[in-house]
Amino acid sequence: MKNFTAKPITIAGAVLALLLIFPLVITQTFPIHVMILVFMFGMLGVAWNIMGGYAGMFSFGQAAFFGIGAYTSSYLLIAFQVNPWIGLILGGLVAALVAAAIGYPCSNLRGHYFAIASIAFSEIVRIHFNNWSLVNAAEGITIPMMPESLANFMFHSSKLPYYYIIMAFLLIAVIVCYIVATSKMGYYFRAIKESHDVAEVLGINVVKYRLIAIMVSAFLSAMAGTFYAQYILYIDPESVMLGAISIQIVLISMLGGAGSVLGPVLGAAILVPLSETTRVMLGHRGTGVDMLIYGFLITIISVYQPQGVWEWFTRIGKKIK
Amino acid sequence: MSENYCLEVKGLSKWFGGLAANLDIDFSVAEGEIVSVIGPNGAGKSTLFNCIMGFYKPNSGKVSFFGKDITRLRADKVCKLGIARTFQVVQIISDMTVLENVVTGALLRYTSVAHAREKAEEILAFTGLSGKKDFRGTELTIADKKRLEVSMALATQPKLLMLDEAMAGLTIVELRQIIDLIKKIRKQGMTLVVVEHVMEAVMEISDRVVVLNSGKKIMEGPPKEVVSCPEVIQAYLGDKYRAVCK
Repeated sequence: MKNFTAKPITIAGAVLALLLIFPLVITQTFPIHVMILVFMFGMLGVAWNIMGGYAGMFSFGQAAFFGIGAYTSSYLLIAFQVNPWIGLILGGLVAALVAAAIGYPCSNLRGHYFAIASIAFSEIVRIHFNNWSLVNAAEGITIPMMPESLANFMFHSSKLPYYYIIMAFLLIAVIVCYIVATSKMGYYFRAIKESHDVAEVLGINVVKYRLIAIMVSAFLSAMAGTFYAQYILYIDPESVMLGAISIQIVLISMLGGAGSVLGPVLGAAILVPLSETTRVMLGHRGTGVDMLIYGFLITIISVYQPQGVWEWFTRIGKKIK
Repeated sequence: MSENYCLEVKGLSKWFGGLAANLDIDFSVAEGEIVSVIGPNGAGKSTLFNCIMGFYKPNSGKVSFFGKDITRLRADKVCKLGIARTFQVVQIISDMTVLENVVTGALLRYTSVAHAREKAEEILAFTGLSGKKDFRGTELTIADKKRLEVSMALATQPKLLMLDEAMAGLTIVELRQIIDLIKKIRKQGMTLVVVEHVMEAVMEISDRVVVLNSGKKIMEGPPKEVVSCPEVIQAYLGDKYRAVCK
């Protein structure tokens, strides 16, 4: 019995150690950039998973929360010189509040209807930002240059600090998700996912727990948004609020394994490098071959491993035992 | 005065458009009693359950639970006050194990999952599902699913348990087991309201029987009296048999 429980922890420790030394060994910019995107989308996937995988609310509008996070911190920075770290927390809070405001009237929506509402919501947000002069509308916001430091959340000479920051963020998201999944909340989310009727007769306040799930998810997504803004140093509605980002997040979570803590991280680790390398290697020809290959691989996974790659991993793990 | 009753329903009506699914229904259940609600299909039994539990908002009438008005409360609040129910079509959480299903119910009274798990194990031992606690909900037979649903309801630690056709579709042996379980639950001091079609079970377990037909209560009394009542026979078997029994 002891061996069984010790094993996953040793594996996790080894992976963590590998990831910590990875950028010190491989120093080229591109792999580090890809890893940063893996962590960022992993975090977005984990956030989606809390509301989609556990509580059964299939959101196709996560880009709205991501974008609101990016915009809140960036706007506060250029307008009031608010430190991005404070902007990070405020962005999370704003996203959570917006999530509650839209989640409450959607309390009775399930399945496809919820998905449709989430698409409508994120499109409204995107179009609004595209025309909102306060945040420079479609021109977007350029984050002003500041001296490089951790306090300023800005680094020019190396991507390394960004790498470690987003890795820490992802770790936070995973820990939050683990706590949610193994606590009373996790059980209640899964009951709600099954059916509102069954949840209600077990005394679960469905509206309340759904709102908790949406707000936690929005907060974490917004954190990733602020990170993106500080990393790329330029945001506009088309880069942080696009429907394609929302779909990417759902794909990563579903193909990785919805309803498991680490599934979305695995999904990101597979899909992000795939999409980035095919894009870099084949994208410049303008033939769309990169998207073709990317799409083909997604089809393969969804046909042969529809429960997600994580499930396949755990099955192999059991066989080894 | 009304505090003497566990459940009291007064003048309850529920309309769906022009159809009265429940019309002016009165009945009460004393603490520790088993009351069966019977009636032909479409008589309004499940609607009555849904009105009591807060799934439907009745058009008029009042439902009290130990003297407290619960008429327009939401189902989860009603459950928190101490009424649990099962569904005619079994409702369990299919991607959870048997134990996890019951833990989810037990969490209503505990914050810690570990404590809820202890309670859930205890309940599974009581309902005889301990041996299958690691099965998925989808791997169970219909009889075990119903037993699991009862376990989940018990896990919320109710004072009143309402069972909606817990015996439908079971074999003779399974029927026996569920009747024994109901008797065992009752011994613990639980009050039960049971919707049931299986008359031999109704006769055996009920203290009183309430008969509904076309949304109205047509009879109430001890089981033996009810089955010999002409109106009841007419409701079940048609006009012809009313004459015969007279």
